[in-house]
Formats: sequence, C-alpha cells, structure tokens
Amino acid sequence: MKTFTFGGIHTADMKLSAGKKIQIVPIPSEVIIPLEQHIGAPTNPVVAVGETVKVGQLIGKAVGFISANIHSSVSGKVTKIDTVIDAWGYKRPAVYIAVEGDEWMENIDKKDVVRKEITTKREDIIQKIADAGIVGLGGACFPTHVKLSPPPNTKAELLLINAVECEPYLTCDHQLMLEKAEEIIVGIQILMTVLQVNKAIIGIENNKKDAISLLQQITSSYSTIEVCPLAMCYPQGGEKQLIEAITKKQVPSGQLPINIGIVVQNVATTYAIYEAVQKNKPLIERVITVTGKKVAKPGNFLVRIGTPLRVPLDMAGGMPEDTGKIIGGGPMMGRAFMNADVPVTKRSAGLLVMPTLESARKEMQNCIRCAKCVTACPMGLEPYLLMSQAEKSMWKEMEETYITDCIECGCCLFSCPSNRPLLDYLRMGKSTVLEQIRNRVQKVN
Amino acid sequence: MNKLIISPAPHIHSGDSISKNMYAVLLALVPAYLVGLYFFGIGAFVVSITAVLSCIIFEFLIQKFIFKTTTTIHDGSAMLTGLLLAFNLPSNLPIWIIIIGALVAIGIGKMSFGGLGNNPFNPALVGRVFLLISFPVQMTTWPKPIPFNTSYLDAETAATPLAMIKYNFGNLPEKMDLLIGNMGGSIGEVSAIALILGGIYLLIKRVITWHIPVSMLVTTFLFTGILHLINPSLYVSPDIHLLTGGLLLGAIFMATDYATSPMNTVAQLVYGIGIGLITVTIRLFGAYPEGVSFAILIMNGVTPLLNLYVKPKRFGAPKTKKN
Repeated sequence: MKTFTFGGIHTADMKLSAGKKIQIVPIPSEVIIPLEQHIGAPTNPVVAVGETVKVGQLIGKAVGFISANIHSSVSGKVTKIDTVIDAWGYKRPAVYIAVEGDEWMENIDKKDVVRKEITTKREDIIQKIADAGIVGLGGACFPTHVKLSPPPNTKAELLLINAVECEPYLTCDHQLMLEKAEEIIVGIQILMTVLQVNKAIIGIENNKKDAISLLQQITSSYSTIEVCPLAMCYPQGGEKQLIEAITKKQVPSGQLPINIGIVVQNVATTYAIYEAVQKNKPLIERVITVTGKKVAKPGNFLVRIGTPLRVPLDMAGGMPEDTGKIIGGGPMMGRAFMNADVPVTKRSAGLLVMPTLESARKEMQNCIRCAKCVTACPMGLEPYLLMSQAEKSMWKEMEETYITDCIECGCCLFSCPSNRPLLDYLRMGKSTVLEQIRNRVQKVN
Repeated sequence: MNKLIISPAPHIHSGDSISKNMYAVLLALVPAYLVGLYFFGIGAFVVSITAVLSCIIFEFLIQKFIFKTTTTIHDGSAMLTGLLLAFNLPSNLPIWIIIIGALVAIGIGKMSFGGLGNNPFNPALVGRVFLLISFPVQMTTWPKPIPFNTSYLDAETAATPLAMIKYNFGNLPEKMDLLIGNMGGSIGEVSAIALILGGIYLLIKRVITWHIPVSMLVTTFLFTGILHLINPSLYVSPDIHLLTGGLLLGAIFMATDYATSPMNTVAQLVYGIGIGLITVTIRLFGAYPEGVSFAILIMNGVTPLLNLYVKPKRFGAPKTKKN
C-alpha cells in the first residue's frame, strides 16, 4: 500500500466518533459570524444593524482577489456589528444576528436529491464558487476560487482529492464520505470540468475501509476517477505528502503543486463545491467532529457557521468534569481555546476535549541528540538545529537551513523524548524569516 | 470550572522520554551481563557494581555541589555509563582503579561539557581509554572464563583471541565458544549471541536504527575479508574479527550512543564506515590488538563535522545546486 517516504509518525488513531451518523445541530438563538474566516483580506460588511437577513444572504463581501465571501447562516435581524474573539484568539469584526425562523434565499435548492447533471458553464463555475465563499476546509481556509485559477504558464493535469484525514480523533470527512458519496463524486466532476483534467484520484487512509469500498463501488463506473487507499502515517494529509504518496512526485521546495501539474482539494471542500454549483448553496454550514476520551457521546455534527461551539458540545454530552484543554481541530495541528463559546467558522473541523492529565506539556530536558526529530520530519529538515538557531536569533542561518520548507505538522515535537518545544521555535523562526524575505522583495521592487 | 490550558500544537506526544530510552538500553544489556556473570563470576559482579554506583554517585555529587541544579540520576544515563564502563573492563580490576575510571567518565567525559547530550565523546569510552593508557598492565590482564568463578583479584588469567592473533601464540577458541563468549576478555564484550539479542531488542523498540551497527560491521567484515583473501596466513578470516574483541559491543551499544553519533542516516553510515576502517587499521597495523574504543572516540570527534557537511535528504530539493 502506498504512503509517503519522508519521515512521518504513527499516532494512536483514536477515531472515537467513527461511523457516528451526522447529527443536525439546532439553530441557536444568536449566531456570531466573523467577517474573516479565510487566508487573505477580510471582508466588508454589506448589511447594517437592524437589517433582516435570510439564510444564505451575503453579509461580508470579498475584498480583492484573495478573499472569500461570508454569508448569513441563519435568518433574523442583525443586532450589532462588533468584534469577537474568534477561534484563533484574535479579535475580528463579526456580525451578530438574532435568529428569527429559518427562511432561506429563494435561489437555494433545499431538496435532498442528488443533482448529477452539470449544467453550469465552465466559466460560470469558478464565479459560483467564489460567490459562495468556498474555502479549503482541510484547515488552511485558502479561497478555493483562487486555487482553481492556475497562474500563467501552468496547466493542471491531475486532480487529487484529499480524503486522508490523518489527524487523530477527527472523523468529519470520513462520515461525510459515507453519507454524501454521490454528491462528492459530482463535486469531483465539477472540479475536473473547471480544471480541464481527465484524471482524478481520491486518496484515503486505510483506517476508513468502509469509505474506501463505498467510493470504489461508485467510481467503478467512471473511468476517470480512481480511489487510492493509503497506508496510515501522519502527516499524509499534507498536500505535498499526499502528492508524493500517490504520484511519487515531489513538489520542488518553494513551489506549489500546480507547478508540477497537480491540484489538491479536500473532500469536504469538494462537497461544498457540489452544493454551491448544483444547489446554489453558499458555505453556511459544515460538519465538525466533537470528541475526546472523556466526552460522553462523541459524534459528528452538521452545524451552522456562527453557532457557539458549546451547542454541539452539549449535544455530545457537555463538557466533561475532567477537562484540561479544549482544542479546535485535531490534536496535532489544532488550536487550544480559552472557552467553548467561540463561534464555529469555516475553519473548525472539530472540537477535541482533552483530560487534564494529557493537557500540559512535560518538563523540557536537555537535547540528547537522538535525531528522532530529524527522522520524523516529513520535509527532511533538521528541527534540533533550527531550534537552536531560533534560540539565538540566527535568522539568516535558519533561512539557509530551509526553515521556509517547514509545514508545521508537529512531528518533531511529538517524537522528542526530551519534550523540547521544537515546533514553537520553528514557527517563530519561520514567521520571522518570511517577514524578512517579504521586506527584501519589497526593497528590490 | 477549573482553568483551561492554552498551549500551541501539537497537543499529543509520543510518550517517549530520556529514561525510557536509557532503561531500554540497560534492559538490552542484561543478556550480555548475565553471560559475563556466568563466565567471570564474583569479579564481574564486584567490578560492575562498583562502576555503576560510583558513576551515579559522582553524577549526583557534581550536580548537587558544583552545578547546584536538580539531579538527573533517575534518568538512567549515569547507570548506563557505569554499566558500559564495566562491560569494557576486565573482571579482575582493583576497585580503586574502577573508581578513577568512573570519575573520569562522568566528571571529564560527561559533566565537564554540561551533562547529558552535550558531551562530544562517549563518557564510558573516555573512562575506559583513560584507564587503558594509565594502567596498561591491569587493563590488559584478563581472567580466564571459568563458570561461577569465585576468585576476584587473584583470578587465573587468559589471553584474548585478538592478542593471540596479534602476538602469534596459543590456540584460538572454537567458533562455538566465540559465539557464546567462552573466551578471555572484558566483562560484557565476550558473548556475541547475547549482544546481538540485545541489539535486536533495541532495533524492535526503535531505540537505535540499523545504520551505524550494520555499516560498521559490514566495513570491518569487508576490509578484513579482502586482506584475508590476499594473504590468509597473515590475516585471520573476517568472521573471527566480527566475533572477537569489543566489536559487537561497540557497534550495538557504544557507537550508537545518541549524543556522540551523527544526526542523520547518511552521516551515520559514513560514521559507521569510519569506525570500521579505523578499528581494522588499529587491530592489524597498530600497536594495540584491539581498536574499537579508539575508533569510536576518533569518529566521535568527527561527528560535528559530519553534522555540518552531510545533510539529510530534503523533500523537494532541487537536483542541481542553486547558484
């Protein structure tokens, strides 16, 4: 079975909510929708306080090319436009909406029937995706219409669908594939039309055998779509790792997958694209996993954007007595939250509740130079060296040791027997070095 | 409600720790230690206990009274240094010499550089080589392997196979004796089978990787094999070289020491090959019949250079170097 060849780690799988049916979370009485839920420029609010909005109505308009529209996920009245501390811990402008009923925009097709026929013209598809505010739901939240517009001199030849879900605990993509497989296949065909490619491969890790066989069964009638089961290894869901695992090709350092003719899309994004193009439905809700060893009923939930995370958490049995940390996303790359009141955004893939004993890091000890971080690094870097350079503010040396290649997957810190905060220092170094590079480029121009 | 912890990702850890690695190596040394106890009896027991205890005590004293920090004796590394030092000593060595060896190993080899992880040279080997140079007679008089031997300082002595080869005397032990360890030598180096058993355990537990031991043993085998093919009467067959002296102990337990070996697999292969070449050169052309300790220490010194110039393969690195 295929997998990537550089580094990687084997984590405990912990998919506690695997196979749990997606439950629909009731609409709360108030939602808070941040106006910036993506990489790129924040959106401009286009509604005023006191205005009535419907489900799917545009409330934040994209500014510039790299940005993504924000829509109302509920119907009701805008009570205020203020800031909110979002999932990332930053204060962001947000629209507060008091919910009244559940009235949808007229053009949205709410029927639960798979619409297979693609009638939208190729040129219009990208516009529709942009209008719907679709972003990469794998975690980066990069606007999808940008990713689907290849830069000049590049041509996509292969589409990869990222259904790896290598983060421990998370099962939202898995369950989505089990329940919305047909729709996802239509989404893939839409993507293939846009990119004008005649080959698509779905990469799935082997711990999701039911999803693999279901998708294999459906795709058997399509000669252009293929399912590729992958041996489990973290971080296989990393774009570059997935490409290498499936095609044996390495994206050159500092370049994008499109430079070798490949476009990768997350499976949940693919489903959102299906809904946007076939049903005119903007990205107003997403599936998230609520899980944790002490959580009473771990499960997968379909929740409207802007709902406080506490609502799905209560459906899963509430915050356990023994809670030391709550994490948005998976345990390897997720963010620790201050409380469960932060609103769900496009970025939220899950809510993980950690028991107290597993929450705190252990005390740091001397580096014993065991080289386990070097072995684990999926980019072939030397985390121990980069950390000591970062400690001494040796930014130039860090750049020469290729800190910009770091994908911040956390394998180094995970495998360090001395509990050294390798990734913390690498992140600091990476952002400093990237800033220096930007300044240099600006000076030259 | 109690306060929540905020920390950056990742939020899970492999559970690996320094002490887990150290105790795994100690456990892997148990078979060889049992064979040592069997063939060298009371002497092996006294030497090993002295070495381990004095290493732990010296580390404790230095950390407590010179560094004035919390002690790390519970992590098992001082114990491991002590046991590895004992493994490299003859079982009829007087206690006071062992204590000097332990002081040099811990005090100079390890603590003077800042403790675990900062030492450029393998502490146990620093202690051993210091003793070998300072007390050449005591350090090269090995007791004869007698099951459950009860004599210590006055034990009957025997030559090691490598000394027999070097100085052309005596009859080499049978192959079977070489495998199980029925020969003269240091406490822990004699039994090839027990050492390999420990090595397999370490490989399965992923405490070490195959790169250093295999490159070191293959290099030794090829180098001595070629010489043997050229002149069989002058150079003994390569399998004798593999089974005698400290080669297996060195390859599996000493050269793989984390702090003193290179940080990536390519550099580790170069390092292993270097140790193999230097070992054979000393054994066949040098003044000493054995050369593993010196070879490892020399390559320990080369390790920082290897780390600087031999880099791991990078994902997506351009095929030709950038201008």
